[in-house]
Amino acid sequence: MEWETVIGLEIHAQLSTQSKIFSGASTAYGAEPNTQACAVDLGLPGVLPVLNREAVRMAVKFGLAIGAPIAPRSIFARKNYFYPDLPKGYQISQYELPVVGRGQVDIELEDGQTRTIGVTRAHLEEDAGKSLHEDYHGMTGVDLNRAGTPLLEIVSEPDMRSAREAVAYMKKIHALVRYLEICDGNMQEGSFRCDANVSVRRKGTEKFGTRTEIKNLNSFRFLERAIHFEVERQIDILEGGGAVVQETRLFDPDKGETRSMRSKEEANDYRYFPDPDLLPLDIEPAFIEQVRGSLPELPDEKKHRFMNDHGLSAYDAGVLTASREMAEYFEQVAAAVEGQAKLAANWVMGELTGALNRESREITDSPVSAEALGGLLRRIQDNTISGKIAKEVFEAMWAGEGDADQVIEGKGLKQITDTGAIEQVIDQVIADNPSQLEQYRSGKDKLFGFFVGQVMKRTGGKANPAQVNDLLKQKLS
Amino acid sequence: MHHKTLAELAAALGDGKVSSVELTEHFLRRIESLDHRLNSLITVTGEQALETARAADAARARGEAGPLTGVPIVHKDIFCTEGVRTSCASRMLDNFISPYDAGVVERFKAVGCPVLGKTNMDEFAMGSSNETSDYGPVNNPWDTQRVPGGSSGGSAAAVAARLAPGATGTDTGGSIRQPAALTGITGLKPTYGRVSRWGMIAFASSLDQGGPMARTAEDCGLMLNVMAGFDERDSTSLERPAEDFNARLNTTLKGLKIGLPREFFGEGMDPGVARVIDEAIDFYKKLGADFVEVALPHSGLSVPVYYVVAPAECSSNLARFDGVRYGYRCEDPKDLMDLYMRSRGEGFGPEVQRRIMVGTYALSAGYFDAYYLKAQKIRRLIADDFRQAFGQVDVILAPTTPTTAFRLGEKTADPVTMYLSDIYTIAVNLAGLPAMSLPAGFSEGLPVGMQLIGNYFDEARLLGVAHQYQRGTEWHQMAPAGFE
Repeated sequence: MEWETVIGLEIHAQLSTQSKIFSGASTAYGAEPNTQACAVDLGLPGVLPVLNREAVRMAVKFGLAIGAPIAPRSIFARKNYFYPDLPKGYQISQYELPVVGRGQVDIELEDGQTRTIGVTRAHLEEDAGKSLHEDYHGMTGVDLNRAGTPLLEIVSEPDMRSAREAVAYMKKIHALVRYLEICDGNMQEGSFRCDANVSVRRKGTEKFGTRTEIKNLNSFRFLERAIHFEVERQIDILEGGGAVVQETRLFDPDKGETRSMRSKEEANDYRYFPDPDLLPLDIEPAFIEQVRGSLPELPDEKKHRFMNDHGLSAYDAGVLTASREMAEYFEQVAAAVEGQAKLAANWVMGELTGALNRESREITDSPVSAEALGGLLRRIQDNTISGKIAKEVFEAMWAGEGDADQVIEGKGLKQITDTGAIEQVIDQVIADNPSQLEQYRSGKDKLFGFFVGQVMKRTGGKANPAQVNDLLKQKLS
Repeated sequence: MHHKTLAELAAALGDGKVSSVELTEHFLRRIESLDHRLNSLITVTGEQALETARAADAARARGEAGPLTGVPIVHKDIFCTEGVRTSCASRMLDNFISPYDAGVVERFKAVGCPVLGKTNMDEFAMGSSNETSDYGPVNNPWDTQRVPGGSSGGSAAAVAARLAPGATGTDTGGSIRQPAALTGITGLKPTYGRVSRWGMIAFASSLDQGGPMARTAEDCGLMLNVMAGFDERDSTSLERPAEDFNARLNTTLKGLKIGLPREFFGEGMDPGVARVIDEAIDFYKKLGADFVEVALPHSGLSVPVYYVVAPAECSSNLARFDGVRYGYRCEDPKDLMDLYMRSRGEGFGPEVQRRIMVGTYALSAGYFDAYYLKAQKIRRLIADDFRQAFGQVDVILAPTTPTTAFRLGEKTADPVTMYLSDIYTIAVNLAGLPAMSLPAGFSEGLPVGMQLIGNYFDEARLLGVAHQYQRGTEWHQMAPAGFE
């Protein structure tokens, strides 16, 4: 039996406003519990919400970036349920009339294909606080610092067919909100997280299977693992003749499995109704145009520009535009070695990314700045060093031993381009290896590499490889 | 001294005939000696009041006094007062000391009005008789066996008994006007959005509106001058140019078109009330006003619509009282659900619980369209009725209540009978209009209130129409026996 997976994501992006969505309290992360919760966030008697216009601007920005219509009038509604970290007993959200309507994004798959994923809607809402169950000896601690933090909930269509597509989509939205500078995308701090709706159906059927919702996935890897587990689980149930129960599930990253949180029967009736404390949100066309004017170059536009202007492949351009920081880094490096964008791309995607990954660093936190890497690549370009030596220089730069020129100078890595000097070494190598010479001359062409290696070894890798090739060919023939 | 109106007291302060400290002490003494017969105050704040009075006298000596500086008032216990218990007459908030002041409280503080105390009310403003208070019912000073109306019953009784010259109240379905009528005082519910709701504990957000309660229209205007104004902390607050609400007190009523809604003069109205209102109509005719019958065809649906919308909003507004962060928490909760259920079950009285349940039901999946949505549609029709009526007339006149004050316990057994005592006041809240009640006579020794309803933002006109009546009548000067 062949099964098809169907996935839809609800992504929560915390908007990077200074203050909360309905109060003036700060949104900064990591403060002492309950020090960034004002009367409004605490839900004291008599307090009232006032909408933060900056949050609206950010939502509009997102809407425009995915080609979605911006609702001229949207409504804030109350979602009613009881929980200790929900101070008012309701969450202010948008229900029937969200601020951002239907849009779409394209995702690139590893086989180079592009798929379009529909975004059903995006709406503004407030975050809840946090319940802390550890260290309270059977009691629960409540921290309301996060209560009232603005969120943009981005709801996708059930358009994804594999965990990889889901990850690619989540990464795409992640890149987008960071490009737009509306969310810091920090997943450890929970600034960017998602719920995944997962179901399976027999291939070829149209009707969706019963879905489960996996809550609060705060890394791409968890999303992928959770979906894999959940798909296997659902297929096992169906193949065993059972039925999937519609429910909310939690992913346990330690065990790599999902487990039931609450079933549909236990689900809350949220009793949504328009919040009478807030007026309808009316957005003027002029405001939308003003926001449109402030949009930065978006990932897809940037990617196409990289392909056209720098002659990069779709794959390279895609990788380099995956984050705004990476793209900016690359452009700076490429500018240093004009006409050799591919060299810059290879270095950013190769040595640099490898080193960053090795140490789990962000590109913004790289010990080798874009300017410094540009300086290094210029030395390859002008033949001061070879590409191979450059790797050695890069490692030294990474370790903080100075810029490219300082390292080259300090370690004496400057390339040997003096023909006489190279010839001297070649003559010695030939003299020291008479039997190899004889074999080579009797037709064993492969030994050419041996002689190149010997020359490079004796020059400590500094001899210009092209010159070594040329001169060796002359001398050996 | 306590027979003087707020305007007269303000004038006496201005002339140096009396100090704010003397006034404040006088009213505090009256509260101490008389309020045990009424139970109109939940908390008396004598020390703070005297402190404010001293500061007011000092400000006056420096020449920095405004019109109401030094005039003592009382606040309904629904307004948050910093450092003072703000109970909403509920066991739920008996231990709640507010860390902040309501917008209305701030404004009176800025003017320098000593606050004598916080007045009793129906629990969370839910009631029409002040009998749902956790602090016990308030007695009507005209007959202490009777109710003062509600929910601002304590404010009304305190003003009627001359324990304070003015009081703040709130009106969600008649909670200023109905008790004003039943105790023979003047009360104004402003246009929705005039008075900040910041710090006014919400019952039904789209209907609640704070307003003044005093002896005369002029006094209400003076208080509204302090209370009204834009507040950026309340998104439903309206930005309007500053206005003196007493600017039209002496405008002639010649040619004024007054509408009489036929729906408000039907069966159910006490004959004594009808007689008093007829006499008031005659009075206005003598002043040159013209009367026109108007139709408010959907007003008959006001009570059912109100009892869907108000409980729906209240069920959500009162969800924050969960025993987690402040307020009443039950003893030894065994788990979270137990904490919620017992804290709310023990902290809220039966009427509040009833409305939370009705509202929860009305908002539930499967019932929302039939109740909440339909009620909102009818609400628009009710507002349209008024819009059409105000195309023909300047002001609408009607009784405030169908009967005079009823006996304590008379209607507590049957909520629907109780709800019907607001039958003439509720439509105004659903439409968001300004309206007031003023004393127009007596029936069997009990005060009867006349209601004047105005178009949006027409408070100044309403106050003028009421003032012209009070210039020619003495009903507002009558004091209940035992409280002279």
